[in-house]
Amino acid sequence: MATSSAHATLPAGSGEGSRIFSVFAESAAIAEVEMKKLLRDPTELFTRAVQPTLWLVVFGQVFSRVRGIPTGNVSYLAFMTPGILAQSVLFAAIFYGIAVIWERDLGIIHKLLVSPAHRVSFVLGKAISSGFRGAIQCMIIYILALALRIQIKWEVLPVIGVFAGVALGSAIFATFSLIIACVVKSRERFMGIGQVLTMPLFFASNAIYPLALMPKWLRVVALVNPLTYLVDALRGMMIAGGQNVHSLGADFALLAGIFVVLAAIAAKLYPTLVR
Amino acid sequence: MSASATNGNAPPAAPAAAIETFALTRSFGETLAVDHLSLGVPHGEIFGLLGPNGAGKSTTIKMLTTLLEPTSGTARVAGFDIVAAPAEVRRRIGYVPQMLSADGALTGVENLALSAKLYGMARAERKERIREALEFMGLTDAAKRLVKTYSGGMIRRLEVAQAMLHRPAVLFLDEPTIGLDPVARRTVWDRLRELKVRYGITVLITTHDMDEAEELCDELAIMHQGKIGVIGEPAELRASLGPEATLDDVFAHYSGGAIHEGGNYGDIQRTRNVASRLG
Repeated sequence: MATSSAHATLPAGSGEGSRIFSVFAESAAIAEVEMKKLLRDPTELFTRAVQPTLWLVVFGQVFSRVRGIPTGNVSYLAFMTPGILAQSVLFAAIFYGIAVIWERDLGIIHKLLVSPAHRVSFVLGKAISSGFRGAIQCMIIYILALALRIQIKWEVLPVIGVFAGVALGSAIFATFSLIIACVVKSRERFMGIGQVLTMPLFFASNAIYPLALMPKWLRVVALVNPLTYLVDALRGMMIAGGQNVHSLGADFALLAGIFVVLAAIAAKLYPTLVR
Repeated sequence: MSASATNGNAPPAAPAAAIETFALTRSFGETLAVDHLSLGVPHGEIFGLLGPNGAGKSTTIKMLTTLLEPTSGTARVAGFDIVAAPAEVRRRIGYVPQMLSADGALTGVENLALSAKLYGMARAERKERIREALEFMGLTDAAKRLVKTYSGGMIRRLEVAQAMLHRPAVLFLDEPTIGLDPVARRTVWDRLRELKVRYGITVLITTHDMDEAEELCDELAIMHQGKIGVIGEPAELRASLGPEATLDDVFAHYSGGAIHEGGNYGDIQRTRNVASRLG
């Protein structure tokens, strides 16, 4: 039995075009599997809705009465809604890497890495599926906002923009989480680091108060925090009368740039999971 | 049939072995896990790598499957160099890790479809290959069930099905029947032998199981402290120690009697985890 002729059916993988195509097909295959698993057991999606509900219904309602936070021409509740959306995406995505550690302990990662698929496809596949989760979070927040009678900007392009921003933000934090997973490689250490990261990322951002209120040092931290740009973009697109501080183009360009850098790092680190 | 230690200057005219290692070495800090390993596995053979825990079997498999780069030396697998052309090697090999690599939250078909896509198979070919692999491994009826409802033996067979889908030239299995009951174990052996006969696939397994080594393997290498102690056919190895000798004796002789004491905390924990998941 000839061993070489049996492989004639495999694509040679040469040429930039076919390479991009196979990265796309491989990423889609990984993402498809993740989404199937999610839809088969969607409990996670519902439990993830609890926290943003509490923030908006309890914290938001109370703080609306303080009127000490300058939010321009929108109510405090409307001001914080995009912030809570971004926060719920951050909190969900930042623990995404734990699934990868789990898959590593099982041996699934070993099996994947022995395949000829491009290493970056594994990262992109996870990022796409995290983006999909983010989009579902987004739907939940829109429904909540409707119930709380928050003034939403119901226009096609801004709504699409919100979903795109949320998907991108979710992909960023999931990829960041993947990098942490590749470095720490154990669930216990990962949980510790995840807990340590979430609150600072949330509070050192414009999610629930404008940057203008911050002491200078905190503002500097907030300006290197990707969450700030996500919230800024969402605030301009989601809320009637909402204003973004930076231009939408700048926000999106920055987020996209961060994602590209993180994905490149994660693709380099991913194979070290099995060493 | 006997494999011989090969050096890097072997004439290219001779039909190359399916696996050849050239002073393959890997160290982790101070520890030399694999120490200048040189061996050859001929095409179409089932080759068993034996050795106590920590002998370097898993590290060797990780290097041959491109998961780990060697510290020095190299190997040719299915005609390609693992260091210079890992992507070419990956297209031509299949791997069944010791741990549970099938995804329990997916069905059998979904697991196979993912592998097929990652190997770049076109849709029509994918369908045909999946059907064939399911039939070959006796999983056609269970194909649409979630893998978490499978028995340990079925999961192993599915993992082999995943690994053979793209008709690899060489298949690596890390302790393929660990934690399986005797019947399931025999079924896996039978399928591996059939893979060799029907598709001419070269199979390399690691094992602790002397029955498995005796019954399944055409040839064995006993590893100890990162080196090969001895290579030969099972009967040859037994005969070399005397007419009454068993493979256990051979193993003890070449690995310093370490079979009952080997294994650190991590090894034991992993082995038990696998056993409990499969059982």
